[in-house]
Amino acid sequence: MQIVDRRLNPKAKSLGNRQRFLRRAKGEIREAIKDSLRSRKIAETESAEKVTIRSKSLREPSFSLGRNSGTRDYVLPGNEQYKVGDEIPKPQGGAGGRGSQGSPDGEGQDDFTFTLTKDEFLDLFFDDLKLPNLIKVKLKDLKAPRLVRAGFTSDGPPARLNRTRTMRRSLGRRMALRRPSEAEVKRLEQELAAAEAETPPDPKRIAELRSRLEHKQRLRRSIAYIDPIDLAYNRFDRVPKPTTQAVMFCLMDASASMTEPLKDLAKRFFMLLHVFLTRYYREVHIVFIRHTSTAAEVDEETFFRGTETGGTVISTALEEMLKVMRDRYSPADWNIYAAQASDGDNFHDDMPHCLELLNEQLLPVCQYFAYIETAHGERFNDTVETPVWHGYTEVAQRRRNFAMRRVASPEDIFPVFHELFSADAAAA
Amino acid sequence: MAVTTSKKPGKRRGNMRPLFDGSEWTFELIRKVHDVMGEIALGELGLDIYPNQIEVITAEQMLDSYSSIGMPLMYRHWSFGKRFARDEAYYKRGMRSLAYELVINSDPCISYVMEENSMTMQALVIAHAAYGHNHFFKNNYQFQLWTQPDHIIDYLGFAKSYVAECEERYGQDAVETTLDAAHALMNQGVSRDLRPRPRNVAKREQEKAARRRAHEEATYDDIYRTLPEITKERATEPPEAQNEQRRLGLPEENLLYFLEKNAPKLEDWQRELLRIVRLLSQYFYPQRQTKMMNEGCATFVHYVIMNRLYERGQLTDGTMLEFLHSHSSVIFQPSFNDRRFSGLNPYALGFAMMNDIRRICTEPTQEDREWFPELAGSGDWMEALRQAWAQFRDESFVLQYLSPKLIRDFRLFAVGDDAKEAAMEVKAIHDEQGYKDVRRRLARHYDVSTQDPDLQVTDADLSGSRRLVLTHRVRNGVLLDKTEAERTLQYLAQLWGYRVKLIEQDVEGNRVLKEHEALPMP
Repeated sequence: MQIVDRRLNPKAKSLGNRQRFLRRAKGEIREAIKDSLRSRKIAETESAEKVTIRSKSLREPSFSLGRNSGTRDYVLPGNEQYKVGDEIPKPQGGAGGRGSQGSPDGEGQDDFTFTLTKDEFLDLFFDDLKLPNLIKVKLKDLKAPRLVRAGFTSDGPPARLNRTRTMRRSLGRRMALRRPSEAEVKRLEQELAAAEAETPPDPKRIAELRSRLEHKQRLRRSIAYIDPIDLAYNRFDRVPKPTTQAVMFCLMDASASMTEPLKDLAKRFFMLLHVFLTRYYREVHIVFIRHTSTAAEVDEETFFRGTETGGTVISTALEEMLKVMRDRYSPADWNIYAAQASDGDNFHDDMPHCLELLNEQLLPVCQYFAYIETAHGERFNDTVETPVWHGYTEVAQRRRNFAMRRVASPEDIFPVFHELFSADAAAA
Repeated sequence: MAVTTSKKPGKRRGNMRPLFDGSEWTFELIRKVHDVMGEIALGELGLDIYPNQIEVITAEQMLDSYSSIGMPLMYRHWSFGKRFARDEAYYKRGMRSLAYELVINSDPCISYVMEENSMTMQALVIAHAAYGHNHFFKNNYQFQLWTQPDHIIDYLGFAKSYVAECEERYGQDAVETTLDAAHALMNQGVSRDLRPRPRNVAKREQEKAARRRAHEEATYDDIYRTLPEITKERATEPPEAQNEQRRLGLPEENLLYFLEKNAPKLEDWQRELLRIVRLLSQYFYPQRQTKMMNEGCATFVHYVIMNRLYERGQLTDGTMLEFLHSHSSVIFQPSFNDRRFSGLNPYALGFAMMNDIRRICTEPTQEDREWFPELAGSGDWMEALRQAWAQFRDESFVLQYLSPKLIRDFRLFAVGDDAKEAAMEVKAIHDEQGYKDVRRRLARHYDVSTQDPDLQVTDADLSGSRRLVLTHRVRNGVLLDKTEAERTLQYLAQLWGYRVKLIEQDVEGNRVLKEHEALPMP
């Protein structure tokens, strides 16, 4: 007989199979991801994703007997009342309660649900956005690890020895095992000395004291003061090194002209920015501000779902952003990013005020301010400049941390970030 | 419904010391338990086994093995990745727990045990797999006939590296397409009536493949490309259909074999891939035929061994309780109208039948004497069981040994289902008139060859239109599942390279019930 310990064999033996499987279902998985984006919170963009696909390309057909023709019989256990000749009405969808073989439509394939890892998800997510490969690699690259306290362990280098813990354990053990203390032994020795000094000496008492002393000393020798099991070492875990913290402001026009598809586009844009930021900062806060002719900070649900009627005054959103910054996110402690999405409409007289806010107050403290103008493909026309586009063009020329882009479909989104990353790469 | 076992666990009265106490296992303990069980299994029960190799693995590795149909080595294919993703999802959501053990019909017999198991479970697994399944693999005639356990691991090693090599040479897509098609025809890759040639060792396979390629490369010469390919002999031969049929060995039930030998357009490496899939299918065929007996044998063996250990005083009461708990959940058989019902539990029926044979041998009733005159009261139950395990498969085993008492215990009944009727009819129940009928029908249910459609290649025109014709002999009017059949046929056409036709006709062969056709996609 032979026993083999295989537990330490290389893990993920089936990785090759997994890759082949993902490659096979790529198209369908990508569709599923697109759908799931709609229901997903921005901050959750990166969490591992459960994907359900209609497994058309994952079919494994074989010749099998159909269920809709001919006669067959079954032998079943647990007969309670039936006699020969009794009739049993057929259960829906399959005979004899025999598993879930048939499904009503001809397709006959169950949906297939499985979980994508973070990396696999990002790969497919970025695939759609047409990211250059180099950047994908960089995105997944984790930061240098940092050591963080994580309790205690019984083993470690001497430098990590936790003395307090060790001594506490040692004390407890010594008490439990009744190891005589030094004082106890001293006292006995003194008693013995006194007894010996007495005249006339009492041999019985001396003998008794001596044996007690020997016993105590033997105990002290056999029970260690510090035993290996007392040792406690500080334990450290490696966690990705946090750079610092960032806040991301999402500003969006909530007037009725922003339709659902336009909002979806904007959402993709916000998500992508979030993914980028979480790569660089340990903590990323998100603030949602939507505006019509007035602006308010709202939660994510309201941000993407609700519509309001009213005009469009962008400066209100910028002011709201300034206010939130003053209240909670001081530029001294936070890296500030802003992403603004709109369809390009603004109350005409408002533009100068907007530009002033941007130039004087926001851009000097923002790491980066990105503006995307969403539009339906057919409305896209370079000759028509929206008021906002016109106004911002000038800012973009002067400020390096300001980017703007028109977006009609998801693949237009990525170039907005291009600058951000090339700048970063240069700095690094 | 509870099926009571006839034998109550004995009393713990032996004066031997318990082998272990508590749930922690160690390698020494596993070895010790294995050796002590050997005394009982080989000495008292007279089992005959391959040497054991026990491998300790993690849950993740168990999932890995699951996805590659339980084999320790397997070539790469997306379908295994799919299976892994599905099993992993089920496992993580707690919808399915993993098996405690996995055993491979190889020599030495490899059993995987999970590191999460408690010592009791490890003991149970060793008794179950390393003695029970192992004995069955070595002694059952089906396995002796169809499998070569000393070569399988080598062969899988060859298959894995060969597929990898093909992917490198011809591209992942090309290999995938061929394997997809071969997998679709896997169940039609078995020659049921022929005894296969002794299988070649991996080394020979490798050499053959290498020779084939070397020859190709050595003889390849672009200059000769313009020469006509047809040899004189073939060109002058009159196209006589009869001759052709005989030459191709038609009708042929093993589709993979037929394609491997005769498909006009396949490359040599593709033929080799078909062969790999075909040999795997052949290897697993006995397991499909003996699932119930195999599990019954293993469950019975672990039950007897654990009880003997307990009687000898080598197991503690706690261990015994833990064992009985998991044993009884393994052999649980829900009734047909229970939400948990998913067919007859092979562990339950198998174990019950083994126990029943023991009962008939030692404490027969009048009824048993009528039904099993040879067996009843013969006393040596182990000899009777060893014989049954060696000489039967599920179908013949049920036909031979299912007793009226078991039919009553399980309250088995047979129902007939006609697709045209709105209700099913009860054909037989557990009474005097019904025993034989129930037994016969249940046996047929275990006959793999009646569960798979009866498909054969009946005609292939190699000189003219190159059309391939398959015939499905329709039993009891049960036609093929249409969509599945058409998709599979498409794969078949892809391998054959030309038009493929599938005719479904009744058993007498005089009425065509349905026809399907497929053309290879360009």
